[in-house]
Amino acid sequence: MTEVEIIRDRGPRNYSRRKFIKGVIAAGATVSASSYLFRGPGVLTAGQARGGVERLMTLTVNGQQRRVDVLPYETLAMTLRYKLGLTGTKLGCDRAECGACTVHIDGVTHYSCSMLTHQVRGREIRTIEGLESPDGELHPVQQAVMDEGGFQCAFCAPGFIMSMAAFVEDNPGASRAQCAQALSGNLCRCGDYNKILDSAERAVELMDQRA
Amino acid sequence: MAEKAIGRDIAPPDLRAKITGRAKYAEDFRAEGMLFAKLLLSPMPHCRVRRIDPSAALAMEGVVDILTADDPMMPEITGVAAEAALTNEPLYEGEPVLAVAAVDETTAADAIEAIRVDFEPLPFVVDPLDSLRPGGPNARLDGNIQWREGQTREIREFKWTDDDFDAAGPDRLPMGEPQVEWNVGDVEDGFEDADLVLEETILHQSLSHHPMEPRSCMAYWQNGKLYLHGSTQSTARTHAALANRLGMDQSDVVLVAEYCGGGFGSKISSAPIMDVPAILSRKTGRPVMLRINRYEETYIGRGRPGFQSFAKMGFGNDGRVTAIDLYIVQDAGSYGSSGDFNTAGTVASLCYQPENIRFRAVSVYTNTPPRSAQRAPGGAQIVAMLEPIMDKAARELGMDRLAIRQVNAPGPDGWLGANQGTLSSCFAREALDLGAEVFGWEERTQLSATRRGTKSIGVGIGISPFVGGSRGMDGLLVIRPDGKLYIHQGIGNLGTHSIADTARAACDVLGMDWNDCEVVWGDTSRNLPWSSSQSGSQTTHAHTRANHAAALDAKGKLQEIAAGALGGSPDAYDCADGRVFQAANPGRGMTFAEAARRAIDMGGRYSGHELPDDLNPMTVASANNLAGEGLMGVSRDNYGGDGSIWSWVMGFAQVEVDVETGQIDLTEYTGVTDCGTVLHPRNLAAQIHGGAVQGFGQARSQKWVFDPQWGVAFAKRFYTARPPGILDVPLEMGWAAVGEPDPQTPVGAKGIGEPPIGAGAAAIASAVADALGGQCLCRTPLTTDVVLAALTGTEQPYRPLETHV
Ligand code: FES
Ligand code: FES
Repeated sequence: MTEVEIIRDRGPRNYSRRKFIKGVIAAGATVSASSYLFRGPGVLTAGQARGGVERLMTLTVNGQQRRVDVLPYETLAMTLRYKLGLTGTKLGCDRAECGACTVHIDGVTHYSCSMLTHQVRGREIRTIEGLESPDGELHPVQQAVMDEGGFQCAFCAPGFIMSMAAFVEDNPGASRAQCAQALSGNLCRCGDYNKILDSAERAVELMDQRA
Repeated sequence: MAEKAIGRDIAPPDLRAKITGRAKYAEDFRAEGMLFAKLLLSPMPHCRVRRIDPSAALAMEGVVDILTADDPMMPEITGVAAEAALTNEPLYEGEPVLAVAAVDETTAADAIEAIRVDFEPLPFVVDPLDSLRPGGPNARLDGNIQWREGQTREIREFKWTDDDFDAAGPDRLPMGEPQVEWNVGDVEDGFEDADLVLEETILHQSLSHHPMEPRSCMAYWQNGKLYLHGSTQSTARTHAALANRLGMDQSDVVLVAEYCGGGFGSKISSAPIMDVPAILSRKTGRPVMLRINRYEETYIGRGRPGFQSFAKMGFGNDGRVTAIDLYIVQDAGSYGSSGDFNTAGTVASLCYQPENIRFRAVSVYTNTPPRSAQRAPGGAQIVAMLEPIMDKAARELGMDRLAIRQVNAPGPDGWLGANQGTLSSCFAREALDLGAEVFGWEERTQLSATRRGTKSIGVGIGISPFVGGSRGMDGLLVIRPDGKLYIHQGIGNLGTHSIADTARAACDVLGMDWNDCEVVWGDTSRNLPWSSSQSGSQTTHAHTRANHAAALDAKGKLQEIAAGALGGSPDAYDCADGRVFQAANPGRGMTFAEAARRAIDMGGRYSGHELPDDLNPMTVASANNLAGEGLMGVSRDNYGGDGSIWSWVMGFAQVEVDVETGQIDLTEYTGVTDCGTVLHPRNLAAQIHGGAVQGFGQARSQKWVFDPQWGVAFAKRFYTARPPGILDVPLEMGWAAVGEPDPQTPVGAKGIGEPPIGAGAAAIASAVADALGGQCLCRTPLTTDVVLAALTGTEQPYRPLETHV
């Protein structure tokens, strides 16, 4: 085992800069490029943030008004998952590559990992938790997935289902090919596309029946 | 009588939770006072940590603690090329060096930025052939291969000679002394007997697993016990591995892993990263969440080993393979001992039953991310490599491409590998026939290399066998006084639905209604039995057997209880619809609920207070906890059996290759399987199709790219090496199953996770070659630049053995 010297002095009091300056050639450089991060309320206190954005805001999520303390650079996915407890919205990439985080904003699909929460002030947000009606009746898309036994690991499922729901609500009688186009912003690593499209077709049918 | 559960389409019991957002994956758990951890990753492919100065970081508000490889709490990881969670000698760019825990993730990341680490660069290598050159760099300080002889395992330096390299020239595989060699017959005789001999240099890339859910985990301690929420393919095996790594008793570790967002072999046990939150939490006395993002997953999330290889095959005029000479140089990555290369040789022998075969290989460490089994490890590579050669042979011999596979495919008396092992069952030829029929092979081959505008049509076949089972696991179930059957599963819920599908074996033995069966899984505090790992497609076979055995045990007890109460011999009693009754007089019997109450009163073996003595200790501990709660069925799978268990998928693909752009459109795909009895048709289709989609990514788009000068990765995340999306696959795919039961296993079912991926990859490789008029491209992935160069007859963008480009 190589010898590693760990210097555990806390704070600048006992800190001798000369001690390390030789040979310091890298810091956590690889991390800085990594990802969006979650900032909790632990360090900063609520109130006015730098840049003058009001941090305390009211979000309309699944028909409910939720008061929440949001940092200026916080993504909607982080607010939903870590501040509002809505963990049904998944993070597969955090960078607009996979669609696992898809939610509806005013009925339109968006990647919640790539939107700032401050952008959705005053707009209607719908997540996977808001599709089922309060009495437990599934949304036609969810029912379609139940009927077709859709998804494997299902980590992609909330995102796909949100994309599917927005599409079939607006496009009665859509074809399998049109559904595929509409779902092309979502990635399924289990490759369950065949069954996902079976479910989408079934959802179109169920929407028709409901109409 | 209740309809049998086996063979029907039934939505799995966890589906509703998965589609309403209620299913909790590892990153969805929260705990009071939870800290967030962040990793510092190595910026270099090989280096030594000379000094760490965390003082500035530790002085930051909100930073709680740091964990390094030297921390006395870090477990000692022993074993050759074993991997610790944190290291002072990173062997690849992106390897975790240390972790910081802070009140939130941003603070932890800021702290990582503030830590000063003095790294001393060390020699590195990313191409195995460079490492085999005389004087070439070694990926590890002590050598470049793992030497195995008998029980001996050690790292050694392994080099070829200048003559070996000179003899081969730049574009053929040099074939110096192999690390492994085995022979069946004599290949030279085989080539002498051959009417046609083909020889190719083939490159198969390394590629990431990239499950949709990165391997995040959260841990906390309570009363000396570790509670860990993780993402893992297996439950019982991961629990055992975690306890073992941490030097703890299994009873002091609770693993919660009810859902897993995919693994594909990269999360068989999900070690070693789970150590980080586990130890940081012990150190800080607070819960710790380690959220792994996609960027980190690219590095620590494992990959399939690449091959640089030489294949020479001899054929008789009848298409029969007379000889295979195979030499594989495996890129073993930085840790472990991936056995892909060995399996590749075995699979080649099984697919083509050659009269003679020589297999040689060397597995070389490189300073690239660790490899692990990826769905059909070794199998998926070799069939994608050799199937286009079979096509070429068929063309040159004037044979149909299906026929040449039929001529060589094994029957039930087929053999495989160096020891010429036998099979438990094999319906490969039947699967080929059925596939040809379902796909419409005869009509479609008429389209070979015909044009549709700028598109050239190709059709192809990929045959793909893989291990599909194991024996000797435990089954554990309880009929409770509510009359329901509780089937406890130590297997993981990795997306294959096997937690539910293998439980059907127990349901049917007892003649129950599936709605009266409850599956218990995913949390080791819920009394789970010992199981196979969820790898190598073992689960379906191993756990239909184990659950069958446990259900037979329960049935025997039901019969005894009923006979004791109502008279007659136990054999005269039958079970159906939640009752045990006299077969000759069905009115005379009792409900399972009543029998369960009696079992509790009777105690002993009936209630689980006495257990068989051949159970695994984990099963014993679980059974002890459940004793007295109902009528217990518990047994080890002692059915035995001869030969190894292999399943097959035959993939049939049609593509259109744009001759102006090199773009490949996959227009049709059908997969046909021999995996024994079909447990759940719709789910089987999902495995066949989902695996094939991954195979399409393997053959077409996913790869690793390393800067040879600095050894750092270029193809990271999804967008640089994109897995197939929904528009990259046919709008509708076909499937079928032979459905012949394996005679050596009571339910007749074999596993299906692995073979579909090789079938998808090989079928598309074969179809592309066909569209190109029979040219073997001998390289994956088939990116448009490679295809276009072949179409235009211009120089290929890469040298034949050039890797990580
Ligand atoms: S997590 Fe938002 S697109 Fe992947
Ligand atoms: S079902 Fe696993 S990623 Fe889609």
